[in-house]
Amino acid sequence: MEQTDFEKVQKKSDAKNKIQKAVTYILLTIWALIVLFPFYWMILTSVKSYGAYNAEHTPAFFTLSPTIQNYVDAFTTVPLVGYLLNTVIFAVITTAIMVVVSTLAAYAFARLDFRGKNLVFTLFLALMMIPSELVVITNFVTITNLDLRNTMTGLVLPSVTSVFYIYLLKENFEQVPDELYRAAKVDGTSDLKYLWKVMIPICRPTIVTITILKIIECWNSYVWPRLITDDQAYYLVSNGIQEIRENGFGRENIPAMMAAVVVISVPLIILFLIFRNKIMEGVSRGGMKG
Amino acid sequence: MKIVLQNLTKKFPARGRKSQGEVTAVDDFTCEIPDGELMGLLGPSGCGKSTTLNMICGLEKPTGGNIFFGEEDVTALAPELRGVGMVFQNYALYPHLSVRDNIRFPLENLKGKNKLSKEEMERRVMEAAGLVQIEELMDRRPKELSGGQQQRVAIARALVKMPRVLLLDEPLSNLDARLRLQTREEIRRIQKKTGITTVFVTHDQDEAMSISDRIAVMNHGVLMQLGKPQEVYDNPANLFVAKFLGTPPINVFEGTVENGMLYIGDDAVLPAGGVPDQKVWTGIRPEGFILKEDGPFACQLNRVEVMGRDVSIVSTHSACAGQTVRSIINAENRVDTGSSEVRFALKPNKVFLFHRDTEERILFDIR
Amino acid sequence: MNSNNKKAWLYLLPALLFLIAFLVYPLIDVFIYSMEEGFNFASQTYFGVGGYNFSYVLHDPYFLQAVRNTFILVFITVPVSTALALLISLGLSSIKALRDLYQTIYFLPYVTNTLAVGLVFMILFQKTEYTDGLVNMVINLFGGSSVDFIDGPYWAKMFVLCFYTVWVVMPFKILVLTSALASVNQDYYKAARVDGTPKLRVFTKITLPMISPMIFYLVITGFIGAFKAYSDAVALFGTDLNAAGMNTIVGYVYDMLYGDSGGYPSYASAAAIILFVIVLTITCINLLVSRKKVQYERR
Repeated sequence: MEQTDFEKVQKKSDAKNKIQKAVTYILLTIWALIVLFPFYWMILTSVKSYGAYNAEHTPAFFTLSPTIQNYVDAFTTVPLVGYLLNTVIFAVITTAIMVVVSTLAAYAFARLDFRGKNLVFTLFLALMMIPSELVVITNFVTITNLDLRNTMTGLVLPSVTSVFYIYLLKENFEQVPDELYRAAKVDGTSDLKYLWKVMIPICRPTIVTITILKIIECWNSYVWPRLITDDQAYYLVSNGIQEIRENGFGRENIPAMMAAVVVISVPLIILFLIFRNKIMEGVSRGGMKG
Repeated sequence: MKIVLQNLTKKFPARGRKSQGEVTAVDDFTCEIPDGELMGLLGPSGCGKSTTLNMICGLEKPTGGNIFFGEEDVTALAPELRGVGMVFQNYALYPHLSVRDNIRFPLENLKGKNKLSKEEMERRVMEAAGLVQIEELMDRRPKELSGGQQQRVAIARALVKMPRVLLLDEPLSNLDARLRLQTREEIRRIQKKTGITTVFVTHDQDEAMSISDRIAVMNHGVLMQLGKPQEVYDNPANLFVAKFLGTPPINVFEGTVENGMLYIGDDAVLPAGGVPDQKVWTGIRPEGFILKEDGPFACQLNRVEVMGRDVSIVSTHSACAGQTVRSIINAENRVDTGSSEVRFALKPNKVFLFHRDTEERILFDIR
Repeated sequence: MNSNNKKAWLYLLPALLFLIAFLVYPLIDVFIYSMEEGFNFASQTYFGVGGYNFSYVLHDPYFLQAVRNTFILVFITVPVSTALALLISLGLSSIKALRDLYQTIYFLPYVTNTLAVGLVFMILFQKTEYTDGLVNMVINLFGGSSVDFIDGPYWAKMFVLCFYTVWVVMPFKILVLTSALASVNQDYYKAARVDGTPKLRVFTKITLPMISPMIFYLVITGFIGAFKAYSDAVALFGTDLNAAGMNTIVGYVYDMLYGDSGGYPSYASAAAIILFVIVLTITCINLLVSRKKVQYERR
């Protein structure tokens, strides 16, 4: 008697579990489609021919005659290569300077003793709270007054600072045992050599992570480049795409626009797929977009 | 409630992409735990004892075999329907709830006709708390308790729903040595008082021997031996059990039986009646040695450790499987520490023979 | 000791130079700007010192519009995205198969250029003379009539902006919540199962309290992030946000600084400081609430 009762309850809960699982998968798939759909749509639209796209009153979900003409247009009628090149140069220079500057500062905080260290570090942490919107105004004026508008220097300089990455590196540096430092000192190793030969190799994963995060940040930066450049020759991809949208192919050539969007999006997506774990780990440790 | 495990088997898919097939965590485990007894499930880490416990609990589904609580087959039953109470190794106390709320938690899950009134819940909570003597800690949070107190709360939480079976997974491993001794007596007391059939997983043979009515020794997922602690200690079924039980551990030697006589090295140490000629493993418990000037068994004396009531003689022997031979004798015996050799006679009931390949026990006639 | 001191400062020097020049100095300067009345950018002169800039900004209909837009955006997207992220993370942590794939897909918006993908959203929602767009096609399918989400009524534009904002912020929230969920000791769930705890109760009594610090973290950073909304709006509605009626506070700051309506760093500074005060206030309220709610973290 009791036994069959239990069996019934068990069967009922098994069935409930199955339904729950199915609902979970359906919901997850719906969100995945919402995330993926814009990507699909931009690729799809970018291979539709101009004529075909404009003839569609109801948009078609696929195309039977893909064309690469839009990509050709994207590269020839607007200076897309220029935008890409600018962004790459900007990202590489900014990230390189940031890594060097942050590593030195993090090393000073983590390993060296000096008077006022705690005070300086507290002030550093306080700087993390300052919203970039507050300081961008003066920076704009400073760069303008220095006559650095429409120069790579003007783009790079204010973008270098990153208190958060210094903090992240310092935390990582501090995990390297003191004994290594003492041993190196006994052997007469200089601080710079110790940093280069011991600290950096040990903390390489974190350095790689902040490098990638910074590159993403640079690739997507929009506000500062927009303020500081009005010469197309210095546009980054974000400004480029905005320019394309407003004056580029004419508002109607959406397929060509989408081709440009694909070209701009692909590098980061490839970077992400290669460094997926590093990026996700770095971001979950406190990275914020923008 | 009697617990019966019948040919219980659990296989896990092998980990890693390259390796194929399955890992057998528990292999054809059969045993019966009489109503109201405390059984210690003992074995080295990774031997499948926790998996067995999880199957009794219902957290893992067996690949084969059956589990009965009394006459009822609970093999396919979800854990909440089995009426089991479980104490986890790290106690799993909810950090955001007070002790009272932690203990009450299982009662609040009851629904329908089993639903309890507030007063009834409070009464049961206090009863469980009283049983483990933590009434004065009820409004604290787990973080504010010591390890031993947390342990008691965890037991109270397992007991509050009046389980048919109580399961303890390494309940003492997070406590320091002194507390461990105290707590295991406490567990024994509570178990005796409530009379709930209890299964207790541990890797510490001392712990298992001291409080269990019955112990089951496991290795590589296989039940090696089941019985009362003293029986298992006195009559190990195989070399593994002999080596696993007892501190200091048993001394193991390579030996041979020839013409009803046991030889270790060249010494004929003990008559072994009824055993055909063969190579064997010989296990001698530390307390199985008798210091005797003309004894048949000679070892190279290493040192003597005084332990008060007893002395421990550390020596070496070329046939010994371990580094040293450790024997414990009464402190009244005088050991000549100047000599390089020490000679023993052996107590036949403390000497076990095992098959050289299968490591199964070989019985011999004690004359 | 002395040489050690010097060396340490030498290591810090580059970072300090950058921070002082582009973070500390501007921070002080922005307050000075905000107090300088009638600042002329070309001649770098001003008439007087006072609160006029603040009063001007607070009476500027464009600013009030921007504040209204920002508040609507914040109070819709933060709760919606946090709840949705929680739901998705719960789903993710309850499955085994395909979990990695889903996680990778969900993270994609994080690594895409906001401006670029915003364009795709624009064409999906836009109604032009050639086509009603994909979203309208779906709406028509369910019997609704077409709406222009980009150049149409206010609520439609606000809807797209909120939708896109949620789409953009979800990766971060899902990531944080899934790792929070994964860090909850599995034994709690096992204990709850042995006790026959219903799933909803497991969620409200165990999961939610355990991850509540992370949820509050997300709410606080979510508020801060959403108050700074700007590029999402630009991506959808173009750079002239005032004309579209979709400007945000940050957008107002930049418009005051630069572009067709620019050249007023004083007004921009005043607006930026007002934004900062709003964000600070909301963050403090959040912290107070979380102090009360997240109890078990207290010693």
